Amino acid sequence: MHPEMVRKGGGSPRRATQEDPAIVRWGLTLLAVGAISLLIIVPVVQVFYQAFSHGVGAYLENLFGDRDTRHAIMLTLIVSPIAVLLNVIFGIAAAWAITRFRFPGRTILTTLIDLPFAISPVVAGLMFVLLFGLQGYFGEWLQSHGIQIIFALPGLILATTFVTVPFIARELIPVMESQGADEDLAAVSLGANGWQMFWHVTLPNIKWGLLYGIILCNARAMGEFGAVSVVSGNIAGQTDTMPLRVEKLFQEYNTPGSFAVASLLTFLALATLLVKVILERKTATIQRD
Amino acid sequence: MNRRVLPGFTLSLSYTLLYLMILVLIPLAACFWKATSLSLDEFIAAVWTERALAAYRLTFGASLAAATIDLVLGLLIAWVLVRYDFPLKRLFDSIVDLPFALPTAVAGLVYSSLYVENGWLGQFLVPLGIQAAYSRLAIVLVLSFIGLPFVVRTVQPVLESFDAEIEEAAACLGATRWQTFTRVLLPSLYPALLTGFALTFARALGEYGSVVFVSGNMPFRTEIAPVLIVARLEEFAYAEATATAVVLLLGSFTVLAIINALERWSQSHAS
Repeated sequence: MHPEMVRKGGGSPRRATQEDPAIVRWGLTLLAVGAISLLIIVPVVQVFYQAFSHGVGAYLENLFGDRDTRHAIMLTLIVSPIAVLLNVIFGIAAAWAITRFRFPGRTILTTLIDLPFAISPVVAGLMFVLLFGLQGYFGEWLQSHGIQIIFALPGLILATTFVTVPFIARELIPVMESQGADEDLAAVSLGANGWQMFWHVTLPNIKWGLLYGIILCNARAMGEFGAVSVVSGNIAGQTDTMPLRVEKLFQEYNTPGSFAVASLLTFLALATLLVKVILERKTATIQRD
Repeated sequence: MNRRVLPGFTLSLSYTLLYLMILVLIPLAACFWKATSLSLDEFIAAVWTERALAAYRLTFGASLAAATIDLVLGLLIAWVLVRYDFPLKRLFDSIVDLPFALPTAVAGLVYSSLYVENGWLGQFLVPLGIQAAYSRLAIVLVLSFIGLPFVVRTVQPVLESFDAEIEEAAACLGATRWQTFTRVLLPSLYPALLTGFALTFARALGEYGSVVFVSGNMPFRTEIAPVLIVARLEEFAYAEATATAVVLLLGSFTVLAIINALERWSQSHAS
């Protein structure tokens, strides 16, 4: 249901009756291109312009000379892959159960997977604070056992995983639905056991869809702000991820530093779009063949 | 159906349920349970303050305004991308998805710097009296950015699927292009437009990362509901924060239910 997951098909050739007058065509095209430029392209250019405004040397110094910024980059590179991996395993399990079997409550389960999309990231963070924070339901027990979740790495992972729960499942369900169970059934009837079927038949069949889900999930995981902000406590050099570091530097009036970190995240977004386009082309040619 | 033939039913379903239980259902239940620790009077006192009301109004109003802007822009962009050819069309088509991939904190940071007095766009707008940074307008603007792809990507496939014969028939029957558009094409787009609108609205309701940078977060003036929740949390007023969160959750769930109903409606229309 989410347009994030919608892929584009090819259009049909235009006919004379669908042709608008040239002035309408060009007027509308200019408006649309102008809107995209103003809302999207100008901001992207601005990010890199600001990041490099004091030269490449200052840019690199801002990124790698600052201990807390280095730590934030490392932390994001730890939190995000864990969240993605957890959601890959979940996504495959959920898609397998939902597309290969019929059971009561199947539709409710699909809606439930979508639920994190409808919850404000701030509320998501709050829920984990209520459970695991010092005043939370499990707070006392956790403290007496010396386990810290909120204001620490586990909290960051929990919050990031929560907001990205739907990404991979939502991508795999339509892919596995359209492929059908024939090949899986063939593998089993030829004597493959469950794991053999999964590694040799099911996984190769869904690999492009899975990869597509992973890159979208990763982009969101690395960029998550609201939920992570609530559970992190913003301790510089300890629980600041890259997006939180952007805010911290911005509040300290270190604009070039803030934009330097932002430029890395923007680069990630652009790379994500590029991989997405390539994957869409690839699956489109596979479908045509 | 395949339960006896294909392996892994029990394993995959129980893992799925356990995962959702731990990560989604128990935390959600904790949120509602915490809200019940307040008496009804306390709950109302927490969610019905002047400051909270101002925050709901702003959150709701700014989201509505942003969704309306995206409805118009989204239809325009989808139409141009599907119908016309122009240089660099593929680039423009791909870059429309950027707001999905760009971290919201980056969007907030860059929008705040573009529209301040000496910013690239602010230098033209501020002398005209248009304050698009640290104002309500700034919130609407950044929310429009965040939600732009939703309407484009819901409308685009529907526009692509239109049969040329329909427009030919309308033209043969003497309709002008404008009549064909408003009476034939546009009505078929209503479900997609509404879905896109609702998705943008739902996304905007909960948005925090970008708004916190551009709005200035002044209580009563530019403070949205998620920012209010964070402010309450920082005062360690957990129950009050939770009460506000419950109001926001109920709002989002209502929109989600409407989106699902719309999709069922448009599917039954299509078939």
